[in-house]
Amino acid sequence: MTVPRYWRNIGAHYRLEGIRCKSCGEVSFPPRSSCPKCHSKDVEVVQLPRKGKVVSFSLLRSPPNGFEAYVPYYVVVVELENGVRVLGTLTDVFGEVKEGMEVEAVFRKISEDGEEGLIHYGTKFRPIA
Amino acid sequence: MKPKNPVSVYGWGSYVPPYRLTVAEISRVWGRDPVQYEEELNVKEKAVAGPDEDSATMAVEAGRNALSRAGVNPKDIGALYVGTESPPYAVKPTATTVAEALGVGPFSLAADLEFACKAGTEGLQATIALVSSGMIKYGMAIGSDTAQGGPGDHLEYTAASGATAIIVGPGSKDAAATLEGSVSFVSDTPDFWRRYAARYPSHGEGFTGEPAYFKHVEGATRALMEELGLKPSDFDYVVFHQPNGRYPLTAARDLGISPSALKVGLLSPMIGNTYAAASITGFSAVLDVAKPGQRVLVTSFGSGAGSDSFSFVIEDGIEARRDKARKVMDYVSKRVEIDYALYLKFRGGIRLGGGAK
Ligand SMILES: [Zn+2]
Repeated sequence: MTVPRYWRNIGAHYRLEGIRCKSCGEVSFPPRSSCPKCHSKDVEVVQLPRKGKVVSFSLLRSPPNGFEAYVPYYVVVVELENGVRVLGTLTDVFGEVKEGMEVEAVFRKISEDGEEGLIHYGTKFRPIA
Repeated sequence: MKPKNPVSVYGWGSYVPPYRLTVAEISRVWGRDPVQYEEELNVKEKAVAGPDEDSATMAVEAGRNALSRAGVNPKDIGALYVGTESPPYAVKPTATTVAEALGVGPFSLAADLEFACKAGTEGLQATIALVSSGMIKYGMAIGSDTAQGGPGDHLEYTAASGATAIIVGPGSKDAAATLEGSVSFVSDTPDFWRRYAARYPSHGEGFTGEPAYFKHVEGATRALMEELGLKPSDFDYVVFHQPNGRYPLTAARDLGISPSALKVGLLSPMIGNTYAAASITGFSAVLDVAKPGQRVLVTSFGSGAGSDSFSFVIEDGIEARRDKARKVMDYVSKRVEIDYALYLKFRGGIRLGGGAK
C-alpha cells in the first residue's frame, strides 16, 4: 500500500467510518465520494457500529507478503448491527468460528512495509467471548 | 503539589492481552529452577501482546474503555499523552496514531513521554496541570508498553504487555475520583538503561532495589503523606509500581502500610510488570471496585529514576461509570497460555526470510 493511499483511508481503517447518503439514506462501507445505490454525491461520513456478526468466513493459510506472522487467520464478512457488511479479518480466535458468531471491532496492526517502511494499522474483528 | 483548581478523574480503562507466558516455561528454556524464580519474584506468569499488537494498539483499547466511562466527546480531549518505552517507531509519535484512532483532535496536544516505567504517571501529572490551569477541559494520560527483557536475563521473567488510560477534567462530585495532591521525586540513578543501538535493556547489578525503587517510591510517598497531613491508615487502597510481586510488599512494610491495602491493585503476580502501565493499571483495578469516600494512594516508579505519588478520594459519580467498559479483572482472567517458541514468534524474536521467491 502506498503512503498516500494509507493516509487517505485512515478514517475508514482506524475508526470504522462509513458514509451515509443524504438523498436516499443508504449507509455503506468503505467510504466513497458518491452513494453506491443512487450515485448521489451528497454523502456524509458516519461512525459505523463496532459490533456485528460473522456471516461468512474462510481460513487463510497462504497469505500475501507481509502477513506471514498472522497465519492462519480468518477472512470474514461481518454484518454490523445496522446491517452494513464489512470485509475483514479475525484476531484472537481461540474457539471454533461459526456463522452468526458475535464479534467486535478492534484496532490492530494489519501489516508492515518491511523493517523500514510504515506500519499499517486498521480494524480487525475479535470474537466476543 | 496541589492543583490551583480541583481536578477529577472522569474515565479510566485498561487493556491486558490474553496471552500468558509462565515463569515456569521461561525457566525451562533457560535451565533455571522454576519454583525458585516464581517464589523470588512472586510472579506466576506475564501477559504477552499478540503478533498484531503494539503499544499503540493496546493504548487505543485502553483509551476507548476510558472514553466509554468518561462519557465525553473525544473532540473535547485537549491533550493526549502516551507514556511508553516501547513506541512502535523510533521517530513518529505514538500519540497521534492513538488520537486518530480514538477520534481525538485535530485541536489537541499530543506527545509521547519517556521515563521507563514512570512514563504513564508523568502524563497524568501533565494533564492534571493543564486541566487545573483551565487551558484544556479534559486530558487523557496513557501508559502502554510491550516490555521485553534480554533472553535469559532475569527481566525476561517479568517484562510484560498492557495499557491503561486515565481521563481527567475539572473537579466534580459526579466524577469518579478527585485528586488531593501529588509529589514528584527524581534523581540520576543508573539502575536500568538502554542505549540507542541496543535491542534489550541493561541494568546495574544490585542497583535496582534500595537506591532505586525503594528510595524513590518511599521518598515520594512519605513526602505526599506529609504534605497532605495523612497517615498510612488513612488509605483504603494503595498501589505501588510493581516490577515483581515482592517489591510493593516490602515498600508497604517499610512505610507501615497494611498489605491488605495493596491487594486489589497488585497485579504483577498474575500479569508481570507492564512497565509504564503498571501502577496505573493497579489504580484502574481499584477504581473498578472502590466506594465513594474511600481514599487511594498511587505511587509509580521509573528507572533512571523517579516516582510520582498521588492521593485520590473516590466520588459519588464512580458507580454510574464503572460498568460502561470491561474491567481490569475481565482482562486478567481471560488467559491463553503460550510456549516460549510462540512467544518469540509473537514478539519478533525470530528473523524471517528465505523461502520461495
Ligand atoms: Zn443514495
